[in-house]
Amino acid sequence: MSGGAERDEQTYFDALISDATAHLVGDEVLLATLTGECTDFIRLNNTDVRQAGTIEQRRLSLDLIEGRRHAAGSTQLTGVADTDRHRIDELVTTLREQRAHVGDDPYLLYNTDPTSTERTEAGTVPDADAALADLRTAGKGKDLVGIYAAGDTFSGFANSLGQRNWFQSSTFNLDWCFYLRADKAAKNLYAGFDWDDDAFARKVEWSSRQLDALRRDPIELAPGDYRTYLAPRAMEELVSLWGYYGAFGRRAHETRQSPLLKMVAGEERFAPEVTILEDTAGGVAPNFQAEGFLRPDQVTLVDAGRYADTLVSPRSAQEFGVDTNGATIGEYPESLAIAPGDVPTDGVDDALGTGLYVGNLWYTNFSDRMACRTTGMTRFATFWMDNGDIVAPIGVLRFDDTAFHLLGDRLEGLTDTSELLLDPSTYVERSTASARMPGAVVDGMRFVL
Amino acid sequence: MTLIESQTLADRLRRALPDDVDYATLRLVDERSEQLRVRRDTLEPLHTEFDTGAMITVWNGGGLGYAATADLSDDGLAEAGRRATEWARRTANAMVGTIPAPDRPTGTYASPVEVSWDSMPLDDRIDLLQQQSFRLGIDERIVDWGASLTRRDVDQLLVTSDGGAVEQRFRFVYPSLSATANEGTNTQIRTFGAHAFCGQGGAEVLGRYGFGDAATRIAEQAVELLSAPNCPTDTMDVLLAPDQMVLQIHESIGHPLELDRILGDERNYAGTSFVTPDMFGSFQYGSELLNVTYDPTVEGQLASFGFDDDGTPAERQYLIRNGVLERGLGGAVSQARSGLPGVATSRAAGWNRPPIDRMSNLNVEPGDSTVDELIASIERGVYFHTNNSWSIDDSRNKFQFGCEYGQLIENGDIVGAVRNPSYRGISSAFWRNLRGVADNDSFTVMGTPNCGKGELNQMIGTGHASPACLFADVEVFGGEQ
Repeated sequence: MSGGAERDEQTYFDALISDATAHLVGDEVLLATLTGECTDFIRLNNTDVRQAGTIEQRRLSLDLIEGRRHAAGSTQLTGVADTDRHRIDELVTTLREQRAHVGDDPYLLYNTDPTSTERTEAGTVPDADAALADLRTAGKGKDLVGIYAAGDTFSGFANSLGQRNWFQSSTFNLDWCFYLRADKAAKNLYAGFDWDDDAFARKVEWSSRQLDALRRDPIELAPGDYRTYLAPRAMEELVSLWGYYGAFGRRAHETRQSPLLKMVAGEERFAPEVTILEDTAGGVAPNFQAEGFLRPDQVTLVDAGRYADTLVSPRSAQEFGVDTNGATIGEYPESLAIAPGDVPTDGVDDALGTGLYVGNLWYTNFSDRMACRTTGMTRFATFWMDNGDIVAPIGVLRFDDTAFHLLGDRLEGLTDTSELLLDPSTYVERSTASARMPGAVVDGMRFVL
Repeated sequence: MTLIESQTLADRLRRALPDDVDYATLRLVDERSEQLRVRRDTLEPLHTEFDTGAMITVWNGGGLGYAATADLSDDGLAEAGRRATEWARRTANAMVGTIPAPDRPTGTYASPVEVSWDSMPLDDRIDLLQQQSFRLGIDERIVDWGASLTRRDVDQLLVTSDGGAVEQRFRFVYPSLSATANEGTNTQIRTFGAHAFCGQGGAEVLGRYGFGDAATRIAEQAVELLSAPNCPTDTMDVLLAPDQMVLQIHESIGHPLELDRILGDERNYAGTSFVTPDMFGSFQYGSELLNVTYDPTVEGQLASFGFDDDGTPAERQYLIRNGVLERGLGGAVSQARSGLPGVATSRAAGWNRPPIDRMSNLNVEPGDSTVDELIASIERGVYFHTNNSWSIDDSRNKFQFGCEYGQLIENGDIVGAVRNPSYRGISSAFWRNLRGVADNDSFTVMGTPNCGKGELNQMIGTGHASPACLFADVEVFGGEQ
């Protein structure tokens, strides 16, 4: 096993929480969430190793409840039972002391109807020696830069009411570029459960062809409105920004901070082709959350261009008098999907015709959040196309346009397939988020700098 | 009682290092934090976090490897040492080039604390937040509001196989306030410096930034913005308040000067830089008014320290002097790889992340104009306060920033508030149009608590201090009408 996590993490977590439950006092209720990983990382620059190593971690979060009063905390577990029991005791003692200082929490809500689940996705990832050899071979003679991560990740929920939920997978995620020069690069991602040499070779070949296209002299485009194809990764960059700032979250809607506020108010809408889902069944994130609620397979957020529903955390459910649908406290999508349309994926070059082919967007943010007016940069492989043929890569451009144009009145169509994009991010720990995105043909995207 | 408390621990950790390798280090991080938040007058769940672990790094035969573990037992550290040694073997003929930490780094650092955080009882901390919450929710148009305090203690111990030991104890405080006002589909959010008012110390950090007096002003300005006109669209002067200069410095000076970006390490994620090695020593980065220092010695600033996480002693250095680029932001490894001058700024976000080049305290030195003099010199312009949007290309050149609150200046006077103020430009041209730097009276020591960078990803705090600064000929615009 890559990364070296060989213990039965599920059994270990179960035993620790059962032990902690036995030491609860009076009517106390304990909620526990574990996230952990044992991951090999290889960071590359110019096909050589910049840094490499293994990280093993287990972060346990507890919420200690008595009536409607509670306090929460987290601690790092070691994998050594005696030490971990001591660390949990220490945290529980701290939470019990703190709880004495707080009043009733009117918005406390946790699942009191125990429903246990288990999902394990066993994968075959290469051992570290083989992985490094594969990467060095793929990048031979090229400037390969990026990060490879592989190993086990696991998440668990347990409470003192007897509920147990477990999600574990063994995955790899290679997020890399072949660089040509300066800011010109072919970006790619190879991620999954079972490493396949042939599949990787096809990815490398695709990137090599794109690298060749980038060798043409870049052209500088003046600011203006351009017909544009947004590839799935560019779409994901846009929509994830909106989601991060509450476009699909109940709290942001209720407190009038959602970037889709004008859609909720009926002043704006997306095109009828646009349906947006939180597609837990089609993603790779756990289907449970920190208060023990399970998520439905899908929540329709935008239906045929109109606001439909939001992600509701248990806390928002209490605050705003609605039902929870198992969202996390942040109410961000973790498995966001846009339903495909009818533009043939194999024919996007022809569908675009003359205009910009945008492979990636970068550093998106709002110019006017309440209008969902978004700015950001083109990045990596972005080309000027003429009648469906690549003319040349372009110098980076800044766009500044509203969602209600891009997915609304200027949306010409979505591709007929959606691409599964596994999130390669590793802030704090390896992400289990993903997105399923089609590409989009937009008849006039505004570029300003 | 903290984990790091004795020479005995340092000796035990050093004994855990592999002894059959060229060089090895162990970096122990013991972190404790507490988050309190009152939202809409309701206390949210208190959150306490303990996070302790260690990273062992091994240099051997030209290879380098690390292993991070929370298991600090002898067996746990031995296993981490074995893994790190395996990685060093694996990478021996494949590295970009690296060097070990400086010889026998030795020393200590501790955040200056005037008033211990623990001297303010938990009930008092909660009461303080409740009071601020009541002051924020002053108008029926305020639809959301909140006040929060985060306290974070981080103790670090770096031991090296050649006998070095660096012990550093950090105490951080992060206060926050926000008020959201709404009418129809017009929503305006005003905050307490967009999280920039934070630093090292104890309870005195709250007084340093006027935390107890800010809530009413924030709420009133949020409501004021509802009826304020949209920011005009024009090319004009912009005066940036310190809580916007934070982001301007961070994004268009700090990141482009990171040597690891210039070396290409970040090209797949955070990006590259328009700065090239040949520019150091000669490139006119800004006007002659621009003086930028890396200064880890500023008392109470967010990224002050005695040593970086490689163990290199930290000292104040000019990066840009009189507008000319002198030095980059890179630690000993990047300096050796690039041959460029740098500073001690190789830092890790925690025990489970390897050190990389970060920007630490990056400050614009004060000038000699008063803010009133700068305003008086403006025929038509906008005074930008408190960042709320930031975007810049991967070479750190074409940027666009937005702020919470703008003030229109005409013929040398502030004539009223404007909403949704934004401006855009190109880094090099922008800094060369710096035409006024305010003096010490507006010089404010702040920080950015969450700077993201690196593969694997790392979120870390950086410090920025600045006076208000005036720039000419900037493209300014507002939101949708």
